[in-house]
Amino acid sequence: MALEAGKQAPDFTLNSTPDQKVSLSELKGRRVILAFYPADWSPVCSDQLPIYSELLPEFRRYGADIMGISVDGVWCHAAFAKDRKLRFPLLADFEPKGEVARAYDVYRKKDGFSERALFVIDREGIIHWSYVSPIGINPGADGILEALESMEGKKS
Amino acid sequence: MSLKPPVGPQDHVLGNPDAPIELVEYGDFECPFCGQAYYSVKAVQAALGDDLHFVFRNFPLAQAHPHALQAAQAAEAAGLQGRFWEMHDVLFEHQDMLDEPDLFRFAGALGLDLERFARDFASPEVAAKIRADFLSGARSGVNGTPTFFVNGERYDGSWAPQDFVAALSSLARDVAVRP
Repeated sequence: MALEAGKQAPDFTLNSTPDQKVSLSELKGRRVILAFYPADWSPVCSDQLPIYSELLPEFRRYGADIMGISVDGVWCHAAFAKDRKLRFPLLADFEPKGEVARAYDVYRKKDGFSERALFVIDREGIIHWSYVSPIGINPGADGILEALESMEGKKS
Repeated sequence: MSLKPPVGPQDHVLGNPDAPIELVEYGDFECPFCGQAYYSVKAVQAALGDDLHFVFRNFPLAQAHPHALQAAQAAEAAGLQGRFWEMHDVLFEHQDMLDEPDLFRFAGALGLDLERFARDFASPEVAAKIRADFLSGARSGVNGTPTFFVNGERYDGSWAPQDFVAALSSLARDVAVRP
């Protein structure tokens, strides 16, 4: 379950807005936090992502960018991000549905959406830390901050 | 999930400092759930009396709640005049009135030195205190507002008044039995 630390993070290209795409490979040289979550508008996500939004200055201090990923489409993401005033990209793992979640081994086939899973990826594109939270529980940010802290002083 | 850092001199503590139960809330003055939890905390305080002390740390989700940060500033500024808890109560009892003029009106009603309040309200020290609270919450595993810690550990149970009183009373009895 869930790709583990030490594995190469699978590359992907997904829409972040109706006319913009983001590829993981473009972010080489930056640290990347991927936050897979089941769905826009679900009650648990409603606190998880705003907390990350408040922590952007801390993530930046560690040279890290954060991106949310769910199977929702770009227009749904746009409405959700606007409503919650999120200040980081939400990527649409929409077509083929859940392909990126599958690549990271966090897709719940029976449900048709992803686990609530976090990945911290180093500058070389290697997974440094991953975590799958019980689906109804918001994982917060402490694990991400600890993972970033443990990378400090390392080139990667 | 444990509280980092533990309760210390930087905190607002209400109640018996030697109480066996320490309840810490990370809260946001504009969050409606925190508004409900305010009454749960009052119920717990009434039920446990000297067996409890309560600590409030700021966790303003400022993007989601546009008044949360300024409300936290008002509480901290009141705290610098020794009136944190009065302001904390007024804010939670008037969650729909958190515009800046409202906050200054509350400060006036509490009899605060308004010139000093205005200075502290906008001071970098107060901003830094709020941010430090927020970051300590993020590191302690706060995953929404309100999040409670009981004797240093995250409390994931129900904070509906009856449940909260029952859980903390039972814990207080357990602590009292231990030598």
